[in-house]
Amino acid sequence: MLSRRIIPCLDVRDGQVVKGVRFRDHVVLGEIVDLALRYRDEGADELVFYDITASPEGRSVDRAWVERVARLIDIPFCVAGGIRSVDDARAVLHAGADKISVNSPALERPELIGELAAAFGVQCVVVGIDSLRDVDGEWRVRQYTGDPDRTRALPRTTLDWVDEAQRLGAGEIVLNCMGSDGVRAGYDMQQLRAVRAVCHVPLIASGGAGAPEHFRDAFVEADVDGALAASVFHTGAIAIPALKQYLREQGVAIRP
Amino acid sequence: MAVVLVDAGGTNIGSVRYALQRLGVDAALTSDGQTIRAADKVILPGVGAAGPGMARLRELGLVELMRSLTQPILGVCLGMQLLCDWSEEGDTPCLGVIPSKVRRFTKVPSLRVPHMGWNSLNKLQAHPLLKNLDDGDQAYFVHSYAVPVCEFSLATADQGVAFSAVIARSNFHGMQFHPERSAAVGAKLLLNFLEL
Repeated sequence: MLSRRIIPCLDVRDGQVVKGVRFRDHVVLGEIVDLALRYRDEGADELVFYDITASPEGRSVDRAWVERVARLIDIPFCVAGGIRSVDDARAVLHAGADKISVNSPALERPELIGELAAAFGVQCVVVGIDSLRDVDGEWRVRQYTGDPDRTRALPRTTLDWVDEAQRLGAGEIVLNCMGSDGVRAGYDMQQLRAVRAVCHVPLIASGGAGAPEHFRDAFVEADVDGALAASVFHTGAIAIPALKQYLREQGVAIRP
Repeated sequence: MAVVLVDAGGTNIGSVRYALQRLGVDAALTSDGQTIRAADKVILPGVGAAGPGMARLRELGLVELMRSLTQPILGVCLGMQLLCDWSEEGDTPCLGVIPSKVRRFTKVPSLRVPHMGWNSLNKLQAHPLLKNLDDGDQAYFVHSYAVPVCEFSLATADQGVAFSAVIARSNFHGMQFHPERSAAVGAKLLLNFLEL
């Protein structure tokens, strides 16, 4: 049986791992490779690296650290940030990333998703979605969330975008629920369930993990394939081995 | 020991190469027929689609050569599928050294395609390639097409239905998962291949 994945997320800025609350006020947490190795050793099933400033600054991911990670790490990892073309993606994949994740550039030009899928296969193509509930109750997509001054609210609803991204060739969706991100009060279960209902490719929950029960809820009640978290792992509030043990006891399929 | 990676354009070549380096083996990346023929071990990595994968082997003039090799060969992911007779992906005739067909996973609402993540390996046959593989060992899979269970299946995994996770016929071997990204389990299996 396929295991549910525990995925630490490392936000990368200027070659270091940082963390901000609600996408703001970043503090440096450590070196990329050190943290990657630590999580590998603790039993992380996969890693995601977000170059959080690449897209707003209009530049591509720095390939040097991707290659350093690829040499040392023997679990899969995905790289996001500033991938705007097949050539950008090829450079990151050839540097050793297993998957690439596109977010803002795919919103600018949705055909990018199809181009990436045609070039590398859908299994390499992750679409990251930053989503926030608006006052009218609709979840809508946000763009350029790496830079609060440039973040834009789009008219596109999250559910429409999930549907379109899959049709274009997304092999996986990472749903970042911005309303719950960084506050550790749990994943946005209502939104995850709504997206799960229309998402037929693997779905990764992101934003809000604060306790082991939150992971259980996302897996059991929203049927997500993976759960992504950052601060609870970075601060040591949740240790991955203990989390995995808890989830196993809760009957969730987890890799030993 | 000379280990070569056949450069058929797969994007995971670097990762496989690094995994071998972690095991102390520096594998050359090559598309040169003579180098491949002279190697002790040949690995065919692959990520992508079957049609372009075979087209690339054809352009490089490697189709007949790959078929005629007698040293241990390992196909990884798409590389494993290319060892089969045919793939449903793009209706593609493949190398045909392991008699089997590659099929797309059936769409079932509760099962996601691509099959992506860690899954348990279930040993069907004893084989040196599976030495020290324990029940419950998991490997990392990312694929939408698979080889159904057949007489050449050494191990299976389950995605609604069992499919071939490891196959072998004579000197040709295939792993549907990514040993280069399967932590200690993957390293163990790669080491087994190097020791064949």
